[in-house]
Amino acid sequence: MPERDHLTVTVQRGGPDAPMRPQTFEVPAYDNQTVLDVVSWIQQNADPTLTYRFACRVGMCGSCAMMVNGVPRWTCRTHVSKVLDGNAIEVGPLRNLPVIKDLAADMDPFFDKWVAAEGMHHPTRTRDDAIEAIDPVAMERQEANAGIECINCSVCYSACDTVAGNPDYLGPAALQRAWTLYNDAKDADRDAILDAVSGKGGCHSCHSMGSCTTYCPNELDPLSAIAGLKRATAKRFFGGRKG
Amino acid sequence: MSEFHLYMAQRLSALVMAPFVIVHIGVMIYAIQGGLSASEILGRTQGSAFWFAFYGMFVIAVSIHAAIGLRTILGEWAGLRGGARDAVAAVIGLGLLALGAQAVWAVTA
Repeated sequence: MPERDHLTVTVQRGGPDAPMRPQTFEVPAYDNQTVLDVVSWIQQNADPTLTYRFACRVGMCGSCAMMVNGVPRWTCRTHVSKVLDGNAIEVGPLRNLPVIKDLAADMDPFFDKWVAAEGMHHPTRTRDDAIEAIDPVAMERQEANAGIECINCSVCYSACDTVAGNPDYLGPAALQRAWTLYNDAKDADRDAILDAVSGKGGCHSCHSMGSCTTYCPNELDPLSAIAGLKRATAKRFFGGRKG
Repeated sequence: MSEFHLYMAQRLSALVMAPFVIVHIGVMIYAIQGGLSASEILGRTQGSAFWFAFYGMFVIAVSIHAAIGLRTILGEWAGLRGGARDAVAAVIGLGLLALGAQAVWAVTA
């Protein structure tokens, strides 16, 4: 049995047409309960107009990230007991993104920057060629592997104080994606990637504060990926480039 | 100048400053043993091509390094954007250069 019958849950409500305001709900407490369970309980039992976003509920799709007690988290994998402040939780929309309504943030800027960082495949071969063999233990492949499990949840983007201060900054997820492609033996245009991350708001805007790596729910390390891009651009500047 | 070139200029100016800072502090600690007067300092620095070059390059590196760093702070902290931010940073850089160059000239000429 849980120690308490109810949780006090404060939810930030509002959007572009209505200023954000907190609304408090009493939600039944259970032994096993995620923050997403709590938000869903409110929507199903207390206020059906509450807007939020989720899909897979198992930490794969990256849809359900929200601010929980001021910290960005994947709510489907965040157990209430881990974040409870006394008997209360505060839930809000992701930081650093526009709010569509209530807990649903507009992800457009996040994905636009993914494209701006040249986070797209530049093929080395056509469909008529044989598939390129990849050496799984090559150092470059290991670098790429370290970043490819990103689920695009935008937790790092919301955690980043550089994004908060500089709206042009591409952010940790997009830059980490660029770094995985830069290290991909099947990517044919590394210069295009380095050009994309060297412009306004590129990897050189990063202050290495490391909130991305601290808060990534998949325990990835965008901070090191961005440092890799800085090294690669500096190396290219001095004329040394890898093949 | 692109963001990347500003980034490189700031890192390279830091690289230049590092030995200058160490020598500057080391010489100060060494020179003040047993007291120090303005005339003693000027006696060593006036007419010295070495100290003119040393502090001349130091001042140039500081002006570049500080102006680029403050430009970033002006954008992220003060919310300045575009040309206004570049103009303020340039004024700061040129101001530091003018003040520093004047000081170097005053003690080494």
